[in-house]
Amino acid sequence: MSEEIIKAEGLTKVFNHSLTAVDHVDFSVKHGEIFGFLGPNGAGKTTTINMLITVLKPTDGKASVLGFDIAKQNQEVRNSIGVVPQEYTADEDLTGLENILLCADMYGIPRRVAKQRAEDLLKLVELTDFKDKRVETFSGGMRRRLELACGLINRPKILFLDEPTLGLDVQTRTATWNYIRTLKQEYGMTLFMTTHYLEEADSLCDRIAIIDHGKIIVVGAPEDLKHGLGGDIITIGIKENVDVSDLISKVENVKDVKKENGTYRVKAEYGEVTAPSIIETLRKNGFTVARLSLTEPTLNEVYLEYTGKSMRDAEESREAFASQRMTMRRARQ
Amino acid sequence: MSETNGNSQSKLHGLWALTNRELKKWYKAPVIFILSIVQPILWMGLLGKALNIGALFSGGTFSLPAELIQKGQFTPTQLALLGSYFSSLQTSILQGAFNTTDYFSFMAVGIIAFSALFTTMFSGMSVVWDRRLGFLNKALSTPVSRGVIIFAKVLSATLRSMFQAGLIIVIAIGFGLQFGSGFNPLYILGVFGMMFLLCVGLSSLFIAITIRSTRIETPMAVMNLITLPLMFASNAFFPTKFMPDWLQTVAKLNPMTYATDACRQLLIFATDWTQVATDFLYVGVFAIIVSTIGILLSWRFLNK
Repeated sequence: MSEEIIKAEGLTKVFNHSLTAVDHVDFSVKHGEIFGFLGPNGAGKTTTINMLITVLKPTDGKASVLGFDIAKQNQEVRNSIGVVPQEYTADEDLTGLENILLCADMYGIPRRVAKQRAEDLLKLVELTDFKDKRVETFSGGMRRRLELACGLINRPKILFLDEPTLGLDVQTRTATWNYIRTLKQEYGMTLFMTTHYLEEADSLCDRIAIIDHGKIIVVGAPEDLKHGLGGDIITIGIKENVDVSDLISKVENVKDVKKENGTYRVKAEYGEVTAPSIIETLRKNGFTVARLSLTEPTLNEVYLEYTGKSMRDAEESREAFASQRMTMRRARQ
Repeated sequence: MSETNGNSQSKLHGLWALTNRELKKWYKAPVIFILSIVQPILWMGLLGKALNIGALFSGGTFSLPAELIQKGQFTPTQLALLGSYFSSLQTSILQGAFNTTDYFSFMAVGIIAFSALFTTMFSGMSVVWDRRLGFLNKALSTPVSRGVIIFAKVLSATLRSMFQAGLIIVIAIGFGLQFGSGFNPLYILGVFGMMFLLCVGLSSLFIAITIRSTRIETPMAVMNLITLPLMFASNAFFPTKFMPDWLQTVAKLNPMTYATDACRQLLIFATDWTQVATDFLYVGVFAIIVSTIGILLSWRFLNK
């Protein structure tokens, strides 16, 4: 098997000849890694995943999954992947087990084999006790686990997860992360996921691609990306309404100063030493520091660095918005 | 490397699973199931018994004008003759208008096609729900063929309608359905056959309307718009021959007219087999054309 299990070249999706949702993206996913697409809502994450899982046809460019062309060999792709959509797709009127068996039937898995696998999967996601309960009665976390089990029924080599913890509370989210890690560690599965939660990308993904407005901005391991910023982040606000960017940038070890909404975002090496020097310099020049914070860079800083803005929700289609709201509502049930 | 783990995948795999998913929602949810049984009873009770058109022509609604009797123009024998003539008028008017002397029977059979219309309409709606709830995308990412996803909807609506047709016949018998003179219980199979064709056609039509929609409002409006003429510009409740010409033309194009006529020919009329054959031919062609369009559209819009 080739090292690159998913490969996209110039992958593009244009809706209605006008809206470019995904704009010539190139990336590759290595065997056995958790690869994450990080970006705000409407950045093109779900559209990319929908192309890879053969639900949408690319307008331009190409991609292969396990060596199969997503456009020409879609049946082969479908047979070798598992999908856990953003929405809760399980049928509320059916029981947990019935839902898994329905998924199995869609793959043409013989009933005898399917039953055995369903039992194993229910055990894996700890839903065995609830298998004969209607999904209607499930909590958000239980539904998410059921979706996970459904996505695994055909023993996929790659699992695609679209916003796997959307709307879940912190505790359930952490638990879901653990299931995902288990899949990687114990089953050697490759996982492709999208998320707009920075901490999720940070703690779960081996490598991430930051995507904004349909374009990939940077790809790398979260640690490398953060490290690549080259230093700590000092945020300073002063009482006076004067631009002191030049003054700060002259302080030793300061690498970069950006003024945003009246506060200064200073990138500096040795933050613990540099921060007091900045305060000292400002005080000498007659300015009063109103607030100051020192942080090690997070992915948000990485995002800021590359896009020039905080992660925000881009405009998106009414449908995508409604669907996401619905998922979040149902997660809280 | 295309490993399917020995799975049996054919062009039609998953069809029964997806059909049964729809059916389970119906027969495993007691409330919905009971409602779907109660609904035809209500329609039959309200339209068939409340709109008692037959009673309009019975002795209760008219009598010989009083002045005729008082002026003594007629002898008692003549009066008796006139009286009996008027009462036989009821039978001949009903027979002439409805081909049967019992409006309830006429009406009850009309309800078979009518309830099929509603059942298939809901199958159209469920496509929108599957899209909004993400199930459609989930199904599209599996090796199930696109046609099967749509055909499962059609099939489940058809099976439900056929079950309802059987139920309506049983209930109607309880309410006093009068079978035609040459009726044979085997003719009921013909009714099922006709319902199959009609429902395949109608649910393909509704799915073709909803397949592109991402929201429920638009197809709802379109369906409301077309169900009314489908229902009333047909012979389901009243014979078309009393309609104005333009409406008769609409009714003549309406597959509901042919489906209902076939059911009446088989159940309550003195069966005219040429007419039955015409009805089957028309509805059959309708079903083939519309389901082909439905499948083509589903290919087009499910492979965007």
